[in-house]
Amino acid sequence: MSITLHKGENCGFTEKVIISPPHKQAQKRQQVILFENPPRISGRMSVVGEKEGKGPAGTYFDKVVKDAKWGEKTFERAEINMLMSAIKGSVTDADLSENDVQLLITGDLLNQLTSSNYVARELSMPYLGLYSACSTMSESLAIGSAFINAGYFDTIVCATVSHFATAERQFRYPLEYGCQRPPYAQWTVTGAGSTVLTKEGKGPRITAAVLGKVVDFGTNDLNNMGAAMAPAAMDTLLALFKETDTDADDYDLILTGDLGKLGSDILRDLMLEQGYYLGQNYIDCGNIIYDVTQKCYQGGSGAGCSASILNSLILDKMERGQYNKIAYLATGALMSTQSCYQGETIPCISHAVIIER
Amino acid sequence: MNNNAVEERNKRYGKYVSAVTPTTSFWKSLWNSFWIGGLTCCIGQGIFDLFKLAFPSLSQDILGNITSMTLITVAILFTGLGFYDVIARRGGAGSFLPITGFANAMSSASMEFKTEGLIFGTSVKLFSVVGPVVVNGIVWSTVAGLIHLILFGRV
Repeated sequence: MSITLHKGENCGFTEKVIISPPHKQAQKRQQVILFENPPRISGRMSVVGEKEGKGPAGTYFDKVVKDAKWGEKTFERAEINMLMSAIKGSVTDADLSENDVQLLITGDLLNQLTSSNYVARELSMPYLGLYSACSTMSESLAIGSAFINAGYFDTIVCATVSHFATAERQFRYPLEYGCQRPPYAQWTVTGAGSTVLTKEGKGPRITAAVLGKVVDFGTNDLNNMGAAMAPAAMDTLLALFKETDTDADDYDLILTGDLGKLGSDILRDLMLEQGYYLGQNYIDCGNIIYDVTQKCYQGGSGAGCSASILNSLILDKMERGQYNKIAYLATGALMSTQSCYQGETIPCISHAVIIER
Repeated sequence: MNNNAVEERNKRYGKYVSAVTPTTSFWKSLWNSFWIGGLTCCIGQGIFDLFKLAFPSLSQDILGNITSMTLITVAILFTGLGFYDVIARRGGAGSFLPITGFANAMSSASMEFKTEGLIFGTSVKLFSVVGPVVVNGIVWSTVAGLIHLILFGRV
């Protein structure tokens, strides 16, 4: 096995690399939940904006919205429409009606989960709002699966959304303000993804979930999300490998949420230091959603990034039989705009679910 | 893990991250901001000279004011049409330092927060980006004035 390290090796961080075979003994399970009655993914829908539609995964998305405002007065309203359209589309895709849905679990990036709450207002479903930044999709899948596994519900919709313009306004500057971004910045994805989990069905099963711990390696650069989130992904991935006695080769695909180009390279280095080699079967949603020519720096980020990629490209390929077992880890940075200016570092989290055919 | 080990790890990680993080090329940024900033100033001078030709009776001060006003109007127009930020992405400080940068910061904020209404949106948030510029402008010009007063005994 030939391993090419990128230039991180020169700074002493990965100096003491000893690639040893991972310990083949399952630890006591603390973070991993194995589902005895694994729920099925029976419906899905992805809605994205124009820029994402022009990206490499463009043809896989179910709906590409050309107008960033969706014909509405505000971007926030467009975000609500986007989430609503994804949820309704996924329910239709599962051959169900809205009345069959027993629980709605959604999340977004805005303060007070505005988009999710306003969508839930218009749907008569019991509703749980989640905030876990960009890892909301995997958290909602984990929670939904646990509910179905326990037998409380039969049909649950999990969905997330993010919008470039609303996130930009909340976390950064006005849209038309001329500012330069550093080359390691990421671009918030305009997109929504929705998954319908059912007790019975034919789709892929969610067989396990890994609940992540909040990890903070002391990064405090608001623009360098990839570097902040990579340790969280490493922590969850290690918990998954150790507690289920598996290794990277046991998965057809390891999919991280939105580490971007830089973050996924860092994750490779971090895992290598721990003795695990992430090869061709590791990809990052943020890294693949945009083309290099689209000038999105390190790639996409946001709650809608991994949600839209998972619910289009990945599950599509899974249904066609290209992948049998994937580990999906979305990563989230749990800072606020104030906390970083107050000198706090960025706490990050990553939840994972294992999807099998 | 105790605190020392965490600090040690964070320091090591920080060092590693700064080694792998791509940086902007210093000379390229410098060149871009130089020619875009310089071009803005040349256009300003051009406008000044044109006004001087058209209205030879006006004083230098008035001509200067008219030039600034023209530049501000053009910058706001560019912001509204949505391509000032494209120039600024390349220009950096070259598009931020001239008066056009200030106009862009204010007009972009007013456009952005228009959705919350004229009072609670535009009026409240109008200075949200340029606030630091205004505050520092007043503070440091006061300091400069005081120094001048102490050194020369007049303002």
